[in-house]
Amino acid sequence: MKYVNHKRPSIDGKGLMMGKPGYTDDLAEQGSLIVKVLRSPHAFARIKTIDTSKAEALEGVEIVLTYKDFGRVPVTRAGQGYPEPSPHDKFVLDSYVRHVGDEVAVAAAINKETAEEALKLIDVEYEVFEPVLDYEKAYGNKTIIHPEPEIHEMFPIGLDPKKNVAASYNMHIGDIDKTLAECDTVLETTFRTQAQAHVMMEPHTVNARIDYQGRLVLYSSTQTPFHTRRIVAEALQYPLSKIRVIKPRVGGGFGGKQCVHGEMLVSAVALRTGKPAKMVYTRQEVFESTFSRHPMRFDIKLGAMKDGTLKGMDVKVLSDTGAYGEHALTVFMVAGSKVLPLYNKVDSVRFTGDIVYTNRTPAGAFRGYGAIQGNYALETAVDMLCEKLGMDPVEFRQKNMINEGETSPIFEIMGEGTAGTAMYMETCKLDYCIERGMELIGWKEKYPRKDLGNGKVRGVGMAIAMQGSGIPYIDMGSAMIKLNDDGFFNLIIGATDIGQGSDTILAQIAAESLGVHPDKIVVYSSDSDLTPFDCGAYASSTTYVSGNAVRKAADKMKMMIIEEGAHALEVPVEGTEFDGTDITNGESKISLKDLSNRLYYNEDQKQLIAVDSYVGKKSPPPFMAGFAEVEVDTNTGKVELIDYAAVVDCGTTISPNLARGQVEGGLVQGIGMAMYEDVRYSGSGKMITNNMMTYRIPTRKEIRSLKVEFAESYEESGPYGAKSVGEIGIDTPPAVITNAVYNAVGVRIHSLPITGEKVLMGIMEKRQKGEKQ
Amino acid sequence: MKLKLIVNGENKTFDVKPDEYLLDTLRSNNYVSVRRGCDNTSCGVCTVLVDGKPVASCSYLSLKAEGRNVTTVEGIAEEAAKLAGFFGEEGADQCGFCNPSVALTVYAMKKELKNPTDDEIRSYLVGNLCRCSGYMGQHRAIRAYLEVD
Repeated sequence: MKYVNHKRPSIDGKGLMMGKPGYTDDLAEQGSLIVKVLRSPHAFARIKTIDTSKAEALEGVEIVLTYKDFGRVPVTRAGQGYPEPSPHDKFVLDSYVRHVGDEVAVAAAINKETAEEALKLIDVEYEVFEPVLDYEKAYGNKTIIHPEPEIHEMFPIGLDPKKNVAASYNMHIGDIDKTLAECDTVLETTFRTQAQAHVMMEPHTVNARIDYQGRLVLYSSTQTPFHTRRIVAEALQYPLSKIRVIKPRVGGGFGGKQCVHGEMLVSAVALRTGKPAKMVYTRQEVFESTFSRHPMRFDIKLGAMKDGTLKGMDVKVLSDTGAYGEHALTVFMVAGSKVLPLYNKVDSVRFTGDIVYTNRTPAGAFRGYGAIQGNYALETAVDMLCEKLGMDPVEFRQKNMINEGETSPIFEIMGEGTAGTAMYMETCKLDYCIERGMELIGWKEKYPRKDLGNGKVRGVGMAIAMQGSGIPYIDMGSAMIKLNDDGFFNLIIGATDIGQGSDTILAQIAAESLGVHPDKIVVYSSDSDLTPFDCGAYASSTTYVSGNAVRKAADKMKMMIIEEGAHALEVPVEGTEFDGTDITNGESKISLKDLSNRLYYNEDQKQLIAVDSYVGKKSPPPFMAGFAEVEVDTNTGKVELIDYAAVVDCGTTISPNLARGQVEGGLVQGIGMAMYEDVRYSGSGKMITNNMMTYRIPTRKEIRSLKVEFAESYEESGPYGAKSVGEIGIDTPPAVITNAVYNAVGVRIHSLPITGEKVLMGIMEKRQKGEKQ
Repeated sequence: MKLKLIVNGENKTFDVKPDEYLLDTLRSNNYVSVRRGCDNTSCGVCTVLVDGKPVASCSYLSLKAEGRNVTTVEGIAEEAAKLAGFFGEEGADQCGFCNPSVALTVYAMKKELKNPTDDEIRSYLVGNLCRCSGYMGQHRAIRAYLEVD
């Protein structure tokens, strides 16, 4: 391959480093109204009265909006395909406020100070209710968070608002109770995962204007421009045809910008005033008033025979979706569907549970999307089971894990919100990933621990993981390729580059198919008026789904060039070839440059344009093995990460440097969830960690060594052999680091994050019991 | 109030409020390469150089810059372009939102520290958070950039 599987710098990297304007706020119209939101100070309340007259009278205030200004149209902000698998439980504005930071009213004014002053002048009288803050007490609580009659599901997802249930799910294969009863050893344990905040560097931002055709034009920092257009139209009951959504450069998303955020409110202001308007979320708003990761409790049972054969997995999950149900069901299902097939030789599986509402910041999509939670529970439980069996954890995995050419019945049963799709693993290099990872970390020399003799002990731990590549039969990507005079191309795609580099790798795929240098491909993406549809940047879909669409369109364009070249040369199409520079047939030859100029200006004039689209027929999982070495201070409990090795099977890496960046970035977000990050609340439901001083993400001081490598792998169904790589890197750190800490000091952490305090408590407990470390 | 300062070598006069921060002054005067990530000096995205030293412009009162030299990434374009080459090589570009601030901090470090060790680089840049890259690609790129000179 000439251009695929070769390093490419991002097409926008240099320009952005040099400070070129490109992000949503850089592109707001001069003099835009500043939109500010009055947010609820209460975790759960009803607005009894609201008086905006003083705010409206303030000079410089253009408009103030409350729930009285909007119809009762419940939508979901999830930003998913349609019909949506999330409950329709959110109004643009409502008389109920369901978490601290929920929207009460909106003011738009000539500047920020005036808009903020206006918010202070809005008089609100609340009827305050007892909130539900503990998700383990939400089911059937006497406080009902969604009493509104309009709430509904688009197809059965188990929504039961009277019981605070946003969705529920159950599946089983075989007779799990019987299987477990027959096992030599059954492990039963519980894990809890915390809410994690995305903390992308660019806060959620949107600007809107009414253009010269009277159409609403939104620039949004979004991962889903097409879904955003559809949801804004639905929420505001405004024609889809009169809305254009443009996604400029985006300063990180990680799932946090899959959901709609300020788009509905800023659109409402622009439509009602006719003036341009913009909203840049404060960092506090990003924390309190967007989305975070679903906290989950896993009650898990694993059953095995003495010889180390895993026979059954029984997993009961309770998930906290917060005040609204964005991604409630689908994140829950991924906690099973992209975790449990790792062990495909079992007789029985059961995966059940509820996703409940609480009066906390809503949970939404977040890289990993349930798989990181499920991976922590399962891969930690597997290590515990190995200890019970007296078996080596690596050998146990090698014996029981999924292999190339195999399948799992779970693939057919569980999809995302609906049934899944049966598939066999055309590529699965887990064997290699484990072997190589052991070498990189020095497993044989270091497992399980080394006492440094100064109160510090080092340990190593490992885990395996899988993800998916798009949502089969649902999510579609499409691409257009246009030939210009002088022989260069436009690649016009709906796919959404949010910093992961999709514009760059999709151009590489087009270049490979056409045989032209990537510099000849000019990319334009994510504009609902000008580019063809793409579901957006989520579900690890862009490389696989959009990449396949680009490849199909580029192959079509190549055929068109050959046909037009043969016509110009007056030779048969058969035997005519295009090598990226010239079209030839025997001695006859015309350059692409001459052909393109001819088609524009001289003879047989026409525009060559190729369009194609792709929807997956399966979702080939990328796999990886993760290994960590940690150092635990037995006097303080402090855990330091010494080294992390990750060996990934993502098929072909379209751009090896960008793929590596995806894995490294994913690992560090996973390390953050494993060791540092925790969204915490006060007793009254106010978020304590609502800024970047109190919510701590890893800095570059904690990340000393990441060793990332890729397995040689070629997925036939993917573009030039590629699977996805966006999410797989995040999944392993919680289990790997938990297992490494246990191997170092014998303390098993059952709730994330793994803090020094929890480790020290565990060490002290062991000492009290007189156990040897 | 009138604020007189030098931005990227040019004498400028801006109208500012007494409680205005340099980030807002610069952005409202079209220096949009300076961006807001937070509001309290936590993330480093808003970094500019004042008399050659990195400061968080979100929390630096504009009036403190009276008579001083303020540098945004446009003021070190040649060095930023060089660094961008190494970032591209290492897959460290990613979303790019914080990259101008990283370029400015690396530039200041290069002036201040001779042959910095890995730990010194990490310490100097610790205030520049990045959520995309996992830092390793940036680190390899910065090392390579420093080794060229």
